Amino acid sequence: MSTERCAIVGIGQTKHDTAREDKSIAGLVREAAVRALDDANMDWADIDAVVLGKAPDMFEGVMMPELYLADALGATGKPLLRVHTAGSVGGSTAVVAAHHVQSGLYDKVLTVAFEKQSESNAMWALAPKIPFQPTLVAGAGGYFAPHIREYIRRAKAPDHIGIEVAVKDRVNGMKNPYAHLRIPDISFEKVAESPMLWDPIRFLECCPSSDGACAMVLTSERHATTGKNPPAWVKGTAVRSEPLGMAGRDEVNPRAGRDCAADVYAQAGITDPRGQIDLAEVYVPFSWFEPMWLENLGFAGEGEGWQLTDKGVTALDGDLPINPSGGVLSSNPIGASGMLRFAEAAMQVRGQAGEHQVDGARLALGHAYGGGSQFFAMWIVSSERP
Amino acid sequence: MRDVAVVSFAQSKSVRADPVQNEVEILMPVIQEAVANSGIPAKEIGFTCSGSADYLAGQPFAFVYGLEAIGAWPPVRESHVEADGAWALYEAWVLLQEGEIDAALIYGFGKSSPGSLRDVLTRQLDPYYLAPLWPDAISLAALQARALLESTENTERDMAEVAARSRRDGKANPNAQLTGDFDPDALLKEPYIASPLRKHDCAPISDGAAAVVLATGDRARAVSKRPAWIRGIDHRVEPHYPGVRDLTRSPSTRIAAEKAGALDGTFDVAELYAPFTHQELILRDALGLAKPNGTKINPSGGALAANPMMAAGLIRIGEAATRITNGEANRAIAHATSGPCLQQNLVAVLEGE
Amino acid sequence: MNSDPVELIQTPIRLEYNYTPGVSRSRYLQGLIGGRILGERCERCHKVYVGGGSGACARDGIPMSDIVELPHVGTVTSFCVVNVPFAGATVEIPYTMAAILLDGADIPINGLIQEISADQVRMGLRVEAVWVPEAERTYTDTIRHWRPTGEDDAPIDEVLKRMRAGA
Repeated sequence: MSTERCAIVGIGQTKHDTAREDKSIAGLVREAAVRALDDANMDWADIDAVVLGKAPDMFEGVMMPELYLADALGATGKPLLRVHTAGSVGGSTAVVAAHHVQSGLYDKVLTVAFEKQSESNAMWALAPKIPFQPTLVAGAGGYFAPHIREYIRRAKAPDHIGIEVAVKDRVNGMKNPYAHLRIPDISFEKVAESPMLWDPIRFLECCPSSDGACAMVLTSERHATTGKNPPAWVKGTAVRSEPLGMAGRDEVNPRAGRDCAADVYAQAGITDPRGQIDLAEVYVPFSWFEPMWLENLGFAGEGEGWQLTDKGVTALDGDLPINPSGGVLSSNPIGASGMLRFAEAAMQVRGQAGEHQVDGARLALGHAYGGGSQFFAMWIVSSERP
Repeated sequence: MRDVAVVSFAQSKSVRADPVQNEVEILMPVIQEAVANSGIPAKEIGFTCSGSADYLAGQPFAFVYGLEAIGAWPPVRESHVEADGAWALYEAWVLLQEGEIDAALIYGFGKSSPGSLRDVLTRQLDPYYLAPLWPDAISLAALQARALLESTENTERDMAEVAARSRRDGKANPNAQLTGDFDPDALLKEPYIASPLRKHDCAPISDGAAAVVLATGDRARAVSKRPAWIRGIDHRVEPHYPGVRDLTRSPSTRIAAEKAGALDGTFDVAELYAPFTHQELILRDALGLAKPNGTKINPSGGALAANPMMAAGLIRIGEAATRITNGEANRAIAHATSGPCLQQNLVAVLEGE
Repeated sequence: MNSDPVELIQTPIRLEYNYTPGVSRSRYLQGLIGGRILGERCERCHKVYVGGGSGACARDGIPMSDIVELPHVGTVTSFCVVNVPFAGATVEIPYTMAAILLDGADIPINGLIQEISADQVRMGLRVEAVWVPEAERTYTDTIRHWRPTGEDDAPIDEVLKRMRAGA
């Protein structure tokens, strides 16, 4: 097997917000793409192919919006590929873009992911009125709350872990100029006293609904040093999927996530993720998913993920910072949320993360999941050339 | 470039509306047939990629259930494009170039019957300037046809002949939906539905699914007596706004064909995804197939005989590959399209050994 | 001329669809109308599916034709107390949505738990179906809710272990 090395040379994202009424959908994706191109020292004409990802089209009410966005993305006359793998799509899209480079077919690929949830009614889009399907599940929180309850029981985790994650990610988010939610007086009490929406999920333990976009320029080795910042190198990418309605499936610790992590670690030569990886940007839409994914990703043994959170290991100044950017709990433009994890991981190893920079970050994991905890996408990025 | 071939292809029969089966139920036998005929055990297929569209199904995450049709356990390496399965095949082909895996399953599926297709497709348009006007898919195609007729030598009779030929050839295709012998003179006496388009100029509305198995080099040779090698494949997009395009030409098809190596020779067979008769004329012009040169155009009947959206492009590749594998053809071109008025196009060149 | 920027336009979209439940889900819905809960056993992995899914054994990717009639009794494997008013929901908040593993089934179905206060619902609770009277049943309204049977709780850790066995 001989694949081309792939470098991340440009990264851009929008300011994420509840409703970016100052921008059209095209304007929003361009805000991120122009920043990525600028970081890469490139112009639209330099790009060979565009790979676009977003979650369900009903979030904006535009079917296959890549067609409408072809002009705004400078894609006319070029290949333009649209990926959709539910909530993991931002990550999967970056993986597809990386393969465009690793295959040796393309030198300079622009990859973009977005969601502009304010354009439509996202709650409606998630739960259309289908005659033979009950609507009582009540959105994503209602779907995932039973999984969280089962995790808490299995791991014998104390109730305050979810609150601790929420406080940590929101404190981190205050250091990220692009983050959507900014709660200056965030505190343990404030989260604990926030309304219980989908018991056991409290209001301040939930992600927001955001408008936002993320973009990256990925290149072959030949163009790796043309950007304004040193490149991040892709050391491994992996995706795994498992069926939603399968008898016996473990939604709390899904095998697809474990297999995906094992694959990406093997590619990157990682045998001890907890010891070797400097930080991780992990898709945590409800705070309890931090300890759940710590176990699924092999950072902790089964039932022990919550202890890392409890000991402060996952804090910005901890031993294994998780979501220094503030994560999905701080900004959640769904289709872009996965790519933001991938991009933030790359920003860290490029030393680009500003106030939320992890000192000495050299090896980082970007993680995304989607559907009913069934679609996973991951990459490992490094400051060192593989 | 690594050698990659189509080693297996299966499709459902296209029907106007399947009131009994859901998408997964349509898909299951198609996938089983494609995998069984590939001779490659399902567990040795290293990657799966699918194409579908939520707006056809009328529900978000519609593709999620598709995964239940493939038996994705243990978990599989998998991806999905919100587009025709031909683009899923492209994504798989890119991955196969890296040499880590040697086989991939691709499927495309869609029921166009649940909604009013011509209205649903208006949602593909710019949401601020075009979609609020609800210009339906047939009316937009009619604009393109009108531009073509006014600025070239093509005539409504040429269009009617495309329809008659497609539906005549479709008679030999057991999976086709709209077939038969039609007299172009009689067709031209039919009323317009959106001038200059008559009913026969439009593809039928179809429910259906298709699946392809790709394999690389020696693996393909081991499982297939005559693999259909993909000698080139490329896709390109054009600007979105109909007003800034020359609708009478298909420059993106031309670029894709050039990159795929499709402009340097003749073909025994061409399978072109033209959902409207005049679009076949535009595509043939872009591909150097405007005049009869021995290339058999759409022997399957093409999209005018069956148009299960999100599968119909993949079916073009499968139909072309089938004719190579069964020895009818040695070199074939397959084409897929997406978006209003041929906005996005994919071209693949397939050859026997 | 007004030179204010246009920041917002409203473009309502209305599309109507005729959904097809499919062979398997139709059978499930017809069963419910008749007061029966019909599951399907996969001939390959022998798991019993219920709840009107896609029609495939999601593990094996094959349709199932071995019909299994299930009892109207099961165990709560997990649940969520919903405090969010939600479009389309007809139940007053707070209400409890539970994953219920019917006796003899291998995959839980979702159900509304009533006749017990939300803070009393627990994993392992044994529940039974409360049906809409036959004459009033519609495809979307057959099992009105689930209520405690009054039995002792099921040993939840064992139930969960069995539910996940063989995956």
